[in-house]
Amino acid sequence: MAIIDVQALSYSYPDSPKPNILDVNLTVNEGEFVLITGPSGCGKTTFCRCLNGLIPISYGGTFSGRVIVDGLLTTEHPVYEIAQHLGLVFQNPENELFCTTVEREVAFGPENLALPRNEVRSRVEEALGVVGISHLWDKSPEELSGGEQQKVAIAALLAMKPKVLVLDEPTANLDPLSARSVLNILAKLNTESGVTIILVEHRLEMIAHIADRCAVFDDGRLVLVGEPGEVLYSEAVERMGIGIPKAVQVAKRLALNSKLGKKPLSSWDLAEIIRGASDDPL
Amino acid sequence: MILFDDVSYSYSPGRYALEHINLNIGEAELAAILGENGAGKTTLVKHINGLLKPQSGKVTVSGIDTKDSTVATLARKVGLVFQNPDHQLFAETVEKELAFALVNFGLPPDEVSRRVDWAMKEFELTQYRERPPFMLSGGERKRLALASVLCYDPQILILDEPTTGQDSRQKTRLAALLKRINGEGKTVLVVTHDMEFVADFIPKVVLLSKGRVLAEGPAEEILTNRELLMSASLLPPQLAELSWDLALQRPTIDLEQVVLVASKLVGGPQR
Repeated sequence: MAIIDVQALSYSYPDSPKPNILDVNLTVNEGEFVLITGPSGCGKTTFCRCLNGLIPISYGGTFSGRVIVDGLLTTEHPVYEIAQHLGLVFQNPENELFCTTVEREVAFGPENLALPRNEVRSRVEEALGVVGISHLWDKSPEELSGGEQQKVAIAALLAMKPKVLVLDEPTANLDPLSARSVLNILAKLNTESGVTIILVEHRLEMIAHIADRCAVFDDGRLVLVGEPGEVLYSEAVERMGIGIPKAVQVAKRLALNSKLGKKPLSSWDLAEIIRGASDDPL
Repeated sequence: MILFDDVSYSYSPGRYALEHINLNIGEAELAAILGENGAGKTTLVKHINGLLKPQSGKVTVSGIDTKDSTVATLARKVGLVFQNPDHQLFAETVEKELAFALVNFGLPPDEVSRRVDWAMKEFELTQYRERPPFMLSGGERKRLALASVLCYDPQILILDEPTTGQDSRQKTRLAALLKRINGEGKTVLVVTHDMEFVADFIPKVVLLSKGRVLAEGPAEEILTNRELLMSASLLPPQLAELSWDLALQRPTIDLEQVVLVASKLVGGPQR
């Protein structure tokens, strides 16, 4: 079932000389993990803002087409209502955390839904547990590391129990281990809790093997969408500013796809295929 | 060029951000300062442009003891590009942002406009000349911050996490630019935890962990040393990982090497 349905979406920021999003169509099914990538300035962030309704309501500009999130047309429902269905995590957690303790930060959303005290408490505990930061409940977000802050931001959204999480380069400012830890949490949320994930990410090597589909933006258009293997092994992707994982680059040079019909996305998959082929030479 | 002599620094008593750092970075070096968050990378570079002064030990930049100098004096020699461009950008337009330091250094107007034009072209910002910096995308603001420092041509260039939010084409472009600047005799230090960027483009690595220099040497050597990377809490570059997964005798971060060995394993030479 489609949980997000984007139809003929075009958008220009006020004063922008050309469209920032141009004729984008995308349907995301409930429970899917969709990876969005593309060169910087290609419209990824703008697209995320369209998904939670911040565009056009808070930004103005010229908007056409339809974005439907869990049955809600974004132009007809306020952002706070859409936020109960779809949570948006930004690149820089510093810009979105504002409470004095982690617990208050995570409780802020459900408290504003006027939920009963016990419900708020159990949601906070659950959310902190899911992202693995229960021990930080009484810390101030300011004194946490970037990775921990990003986990607080994710927990704060989880406490709203959204069906969809949209994350705009959540690992951009994190060191590799924290990045991997955040991405693993997303994978777990997706497979174990069925949360639909839409993730904007440049570091494809860390996430391509986990995603169900990969969507590539270029110059405001959605130019490629399909299974990660299909997209990353396509010729079109080579011409764009996209960091093709090294495992894919090596596999392409070895022509593993044409020879063996294999499209490995990770180094361990690639190594296994190469070992298999060396035991049984072509 | 840059000399750290037994430098220690601590923000709060009993916890060292830098502990007995000895480091010698030569003229015209291109090196990465690598380490996990909290390893002391930013504290280290703040000592180079004098934003921080060592609590013990001595930092010398081009023969000048940073304790005897001011940030304003060191700024002309040492250009520091911050990780978060929003901590740096403030002007009304991209053009004014780029011109700011140049005007302050007293350059003649035609030189200012020549350098501003160069920077806008080099960093693909020409179309945004009249636009306020905060209207640019994250990646574009990052490029603007770098451009505004490169404009005044410092002898030592330090970039704090220059690749965050940059796509692979921008990274390749950045690497080419750093190589060129380095080739002109400038010292370039890249503070980063972008292992792939270092593996692909930076020849030398200083590995920091918990305020100490854990290792220093060629990237090929350090980035294929599993134990070293683990003790620094860093993930290996993909090619190193692939080398280990394939049980290569000599693990490498060179794509051509991996392709060569792997193609032998798969059978027959390939193109």
